[in-house]
Amino acid sequence: MSNKDYETYYVPEQSHWPIVGALALFLIAIGAGSYVANLDTGEGVGGYILLAGIALIVYMMFGWFSNVINESMAGKYSAQMDASFRQGMSWFIFSEVMFFAAFFGALFYARMLSVPWLGGEGNNYETWNVLWPEFQAAWPLIKTPDGSTTTGMGWYGLPLINTILLLTSSVTAHFAHVALENNKRASLKFWLASTILLGTVFLILQVVEYQHAYADLDLTLASGIYGNTFYMLTGFHGMHVTLGTIMLIVMFLRVMKGHFTPENHFAFQATSWYWHFVDVVWVLLFVFVYIL
Amino acid sequence: MTTVTDTMEHVDGHHDHHDHHADHKMTGIKRWLLTTNHKDIGTLYLWFSFIMLLTGGAMAMVIRAELFQPGLQIVEPDFFNQMTTVHGLIMVFGAIMPAFTGLANWMIPMMIGAPDMALPRLNNWSFWILPFAFGILLASLFMEGGGPNFGWTFYAPLSTTYSNGSTAFFVFAVHIMGISSIMGAINIIVTIMNMRAPGMTYMKMPLFVWTFFITAYLLIAVMPVLAGTVTMVLTDTYFGTSFFDAAGGGDPVLFQHIFWFFGHPEVYIMILPAFGIVSTTIPAFCRKPLFGYSSMVYATASIAFLSFIVWAHHMFTTGMPLAGELFFMYCTMLIAVPTGVKVFNWVATMWRGAISFETPMLFSIAFVILFTIGGFSGLMLAMTPVDFQYHDTYFVVAHFHYVLVTGSLFSIFAAVYYWLPKWTGHMYDEKLGKLHFWCSMISVNVLFFPMHFLGLAGMPRRIPDYALQFADFNKWVSIGGFAFGLSQLIFLALVIKCIRAGKQAEAKSWEGAEGLEWTVASPAPYHTFATPPKVD
Ligand code: HEM
Ligand SMILES: [Cu+2]
Repeated sequence: MSNKDYETYYVPEQSHWPIVGALALFLIAIGAGSYVANLDTGEGVGGYILLAGIALIVYMMFGWFSNVINESMAGKYSAQMDASFRQGMSWFIFSEVMFFAAFFGALFYARMLSVPWLGGEGNNYETWNVLWPEFQAAWPLIKTPDGSTTTGMGWYGLPLINTILLLTSSVTAHFAHVALENNKRASLKFWLASTILLGTVFLILQVVEYQHAYADLDLTLASGIYGNTFYMLTGFHGMHVTLGTIMLIVMFLRVMKGHFTPENHFAFQATSWYWHFVDVVWVLLFVFVYIL
Repeated sequence: MTTVTDTMEHVDGHHDHHDHHADHKMTGIKRWLLTTNHKDIGTLYLWFSFIMLLTGGAMAMVIRAELFQPGLQIVEPDFFNQMTTVHGLIMVFGAIMPAFTGLANWMIPMMIGAPDMALPRLNNWSFWILPFAFGILLASLFMEGGGPNFGWTFYAPLSTTYSNGSTAFFVFAVHIMGISSIMGAINIIVTIMNMRAPGMTYMKMPLFVWTFFITAYLLIAVMPVLAGTVTMVLTDTYFGTSFFDAAGGGDPVLFQHIFWFFGHPEVYIMILPAFGIVSTTIPAFCRKPLFGYSSMVYATASIAFLSFIVWAHHMFTTGMPLAGELFFMYCTMLIAVPTGVKVFNWVATMWRGAISFETPMLFSIAFVILFTIGGFSGLMLAMTPVDFQYHDTYFVVAHFHYVLVTGSLFSIFAAVYYWLPKWTGHMYDEKLGKLHFWCSMISVNVLFFPMHFLGLAGMPRRIPDYALQFADFNKWVSIGGFAFGLSQLIFLALVIKCIRAGKQAEAKSWEGAEGLEWTVASPAPYHTFATPPKVD
């Protein structure tokens, strides 16, 4: 094979975006750190530093991605570059899966092991008898060993509607992708907009559900292991849906500007992968957090 | 072996304008802050790691000074705990891991014939967030109430109910370290999957590349779990959750499960690249190809796989169900099989080789012997009933320092000596290198070997004071410790000397060296393989 049929891999020149991003992350960490450390007193400027960090990271993403988009539009990227981006994104999503796995692991451990053990299962009779003889193992854990109570969240109603919304949005996202590949721009815009709409409604309903849980069910983040796993899992999922929706909106704006071709649309592809990923996580959540 | 038909540093005709741009590098601080060059970033990682090694080392000196004699004399117990904690965190996340990432950055593109890492800007970001993370961690030592004092394993409830005010900073610092590792790992994976020169199939890759490839998978699988763990610590401490609190239905033992699900693969993250390094240096100085290349690849992959199902060998004393104790005991022992394959292959490579003993080879031979000692003490710890006695004693400390210091760190030294000529264009001072080796080799054993006896006799770890019968051994351990610490200054002097001057290194600096990196000039040009070489 001669070297002639090998396209040059584009190695960008010096860039100042990463160091801006590093600074942003630093501000976020110290801001969040001092905000959290002073939660009880509410003193300090941690919250503002955190906000400044977030603003800076948004600015960084904007600048960095514009660089990449410009390079891509200028035709500097080869198929090999595209493959780098795709592989990078897929492994990033894999790492996100593992992040959720930690919280699912905590959920399964609590449900299948620690709660039954606290209730005296296996060889733990004495533990139960000595520590909390009143305690009864159950899931949802509506009464914790130290006696605080809460109410379980049903799966029908909002959660079911949300499941339907998110599943539908995965289908519309797929239609949008097909439309893009067939170069049907009008239909692409339509399906993309529908996906954004579905995602947004999902998020609004999620907020309504949280309000309902706090106000009527007395189900809070601090309501024992049930409330902990409920909010951490749905909360992190909600954050990912928010991010996904923002990504979809950016894709929509880029489509309006005429970006993407049937052959060349990595950013769109990545967004759609991300969206399917949050969808799958939700299905698992719906089954293991709400139904079972 | 691989042959190279075209390695010339010329730029391909039809794209020349931007290649041209990238060729002149910036000067001064800007070069380092804004760089997208894998060699610059590798250098940054390596220097950062060395600074962290000295910082963490200084803390170890505090620990050993306090333990020189029984009784409390130099520091407060709480500060002693902060020292052991931050020493561990810095050495694991700040010294060993960044050193490996630095080597990966420098060498992988050159070894596979790629122009750079696949995602160069991300590469810069992965590095530059690290100093900030460690800045936060170190700053927390000076905060009111002090820094983290719960051990590098930050077990709940020490890190939750009983922690001091700075835990939030610890949590966010670890988050940043995690992001850095994940991004770095993604870059390594993508580079290896996508950027190999034409003709370099997976089974033709140098073993060094293979081990980093597999390590990178371990990283993206477990660093997110660590992020989850610290997040739960954060909410348990500040937001009233009870993941690790039985009163709310959680369980402190859950912490250990999640932590060690990360933690055990993490120790392999710190040793697999070391395997890759000595599998490069030993053949070079024996002037023989590596014995059993493909069995090395499969052994590395099996170790990586097994590392996911042995985590609870750190938790034998938590009262797991008997079936769990047995399962984790047998799985742990199983790891000794692929590890044994490796040790056998290194020895077989040396067998009847034309061996010469330059510094990288000395460190590599020491690695093989001393790592094996660490592996054997690991096997002792893997036996559940025996571990009931050894757990949380100095025997464990001896074990993991044999695998991490005489294992991982020695391999890093071997790598640095081996590639210094390629990086700097100068041969290092061999006499000074040998001096560094022998000082390190002797002092490290004075430092860590007696810890086995201390542990077997029951001296608990992480305590600033001890019973009188342990006094003699501790004195020797401390002396070894100070000597080992001082010996590293020889290394610093050697590296600086080598950067400034020295005998001009040839492109192929070692007679037996193999691989694409030796086909380019020494020092390696700023950009290598803008046009991929052809490998057959
Ligand atoms: C043959 C291979 C190995 C076996 C069978 C093994 C086994 C074990 C066991 C059973 C323990 C728990 C001891 C206890 O706490 O009671 C342990 C601790 C440890 N091992 Fe290994 N190990 C092996 C190799 C390694 C390697 C290669 C590394 C790192 C490069 C390593 C690093 C550690 C560390 C850091 C700890 C202590 C963690 C802590 O509690 O702070 N081990 N090992
Ligand atoms: Cu382990």
